[in-house]
Amino acid sequence: MKLKIEKRREDPSRLSIFLMSVFSILISLIVLGFIILSLGKNPLEAYIELVSWPFGSIAGLTQTLISMMPLLFTSLGVLMAFKMKIWNIGAEGQFYMGAFAATWGALFLFNHISNPWILLPSIALFGAIFGAGWGAASGLMKAYLGVNEILSTLMLNYIAIYWVNYLVYGPWKGKGSYNFPITATFPKAAILPQYTADGLNLGIFLAVATSFFVYYLLRRTKFGFEMDIVGDNAITAKYSGINVKRMIVSVMAISGAISGLGGMMQMSGVLFRLQPNFSSGYGYTAIIVAWLARLNPFVAIVVAFLFGGLLVGTQQIQLFLQIPFSLINVFQGLVLFSLIGGEALLRYKVSEVKL
Amino acid sequence: MNQDVITSTISGAIRSGTPLLFATLGEILAERSGVLNLGVEGMMLIGAFTGFAVSYNTGNLWLAVLAAMTAAAALAFLHAFMSITLRVNQVVSGLALVFLGSGLSGFWGQHYVGIQATSFLNMKIPFLSNIPIVGEILFDRDPLVYLGYILVPFMWWFLYKTKFGMDLRAVGESPSAADARGISVNLTRYVYTVIGGSLAGLGGAYLSLAYTSMWVENMTAGRGWIAIVLVIFAIWDPLLAMAGAYLFGGISVLQFGLQVSQTPIPTNIMKMFPYLFTIIVMLFTSSEKMKKRFGAPSALGIPYSREEKT
Repeated sequence: MKLKIEKRREDPSRLSIFLMSVFSILISLIVLGFIILSLGKNPLEAYIELVSWPFGSIAGLTQTLISMMPLLFTSLGVLMAFKMKIWNIGAEGQFYMGAFAATWGALFLFNHISNPWILLPSIALFGAIFGAGWGAASGLMKAYLGVNEILSTLMLNYIAIYWVNYLVYGPWKGKGSYNFPITATFPKAAILPQYTADGLNLGIFLAVATSFFVYYLLRRTKFGFEMDIVGDNAITAKYSGINVKRMIVSVMAISGAISGLGGMMQMSGVLFRLQPNFSSGYGYTAIIVAWLARLNPFVAIVVAFLFGGLLVGTQQIQLFLQIPFSLINVFQGLVLFSLIGGEALLRYKVSEVKL
Repeated sequence: MNQDVITSTISGAIRSGTPLLFATLGEILAERSGVLNLGVEGMMLIGAFTGFAVSYNTGNLWLAVLAAMTAAAALAFLHAFMSITLRVNQVVSGLALVFLGSGLSGFWGQHYVGIQATSFLNMKIPFLSNIPIVGEILFDRDPLVYLGYILVPFMWWFLYKTKFGMDLRAVGESPSAADARGISVNLTRYVYTVIGGSLAGLGGAYLSLAYTSMWVENMTAGRGWIAIVLVIFAIWDPLLAMAGAYLFGGISVLQFGLQVSQTPIPTNIMKMFPYLFTIIVMLFTSSEKMKKRFGAPSALGIPYSREEKT
């Protein structure tokens, strides 16, 4: 049998893309079911547990919203970069740097400020600036030296993680931490307003507001318009007078700033102190969220909600069914594969060649 | 630094460079054929886990190596199918491979965390190991290190001196010309992507079967990504890959050397060195002009189809 692959004439419709995405998730869940089965666990039981708590109870929904918050920030961050076809895989590191800067501000630099209206915006800005710097570093290397941004952002992730480890194991270890590698707790003025006893906080609303900001930036400003042109074809963009290099650096800076802001929110809204491995891989899951949302900041809200629930649910089944948390990475890999595979099938027609 | 520190640092560099070397050689093969596989990290992890699990359950180290290579090759086959047959974006497919490899190894590997299995032991090579200093550094190592010594010149010979090697390079440089000469572009790409994956698996297996004798989740710690940078550093050449891999190996064991000489650099800062060094290397090797001059495969990352000549 010989297969022939031809390009289809028309672009796939929105509906077919939507159906393809849903279908991709379904296929991934089926394959994942077999993988769960390979561990001797019942996949149906796992799926019911996975969904029922995070989406079916008030306490669970709260946890879903809490874990959706950092995920939405980082997703919006990578989405910005992806929009211009820059592969920023460094949301994780930018998130870490934001959290680091927020902690620096809250515990050391601005700890004499007791007015939350001043302190919170200051450390938010600080977190965004450090995230932006971490992103812009890769942007600069890409624009001026041609350094592949996937590799540079990844290396910077590792560096950011070890930097935070260094601080919390060393100079920033809190006094009352009984030798655990954690910093002191944030002062009250550095903590975001909390709405429930179990941690729902202002961060989630700010994350959603950031989606509107990103939408506005992408669709309603000259900058967003220029991003489209550069993303389409950098050479055309150059000849139409756009400074492509500056665009690359700016987009990476904005992208990093959003993820860095997410890191600050995670500190001030949820954790209140810096510790090692405080991210459940949000920066990596963000890649899948942005891709599934087809780089639309509003769709990203919905997808981040679903994946936030998924994170919570996976912790749940690890706890109660002893199914390893890495399941979520397997799922993300499967979804990404079936999405790109499905997209290829939408764009190309596969037919058998009769010999 | 006394002589002991120097020999232990250099031999440490070789040990810690060996997994990088295998992964880099594998990626060189795939990229030479025109396929960019960013999934090295995932393939190494699957290799490390599979190798450990087989070694633990059977006690047979060579069977474990074979299993690790096969498992990683299976992942590479998936990438080959996606990027050669379905012609998807190779960057995204490679990233998906990392998720899948790290996820599956972590998932199946959880039961194996914290247990010890047998590992490759050092084997003195008669006569050669008696050479002062050099013998101790080079010829009192484990069998997989020796495999690396053999594989490098073999691959160099294969790439530059055999017809298979020439065909492989032709497919990566100018697929349409290769096609016109009757070489099957897609088959060639499948073969070398899969072989490349098996070498990444071998690199992973080295970590759990020789470098340590245990399995730890995400134990590759970015080595798969560093290997991708090393391919550029080595300008797609096996001999330079060896130099680069051992150099990077040296950077990552530098911390032990520094600890011995009591330099007060905190561990977590020293752990950054390989990643920092990777970035520095990229600063000097990344410009398009450099890559073109030093022979990046022209068709790297571009799917081939007879109808749509690019």
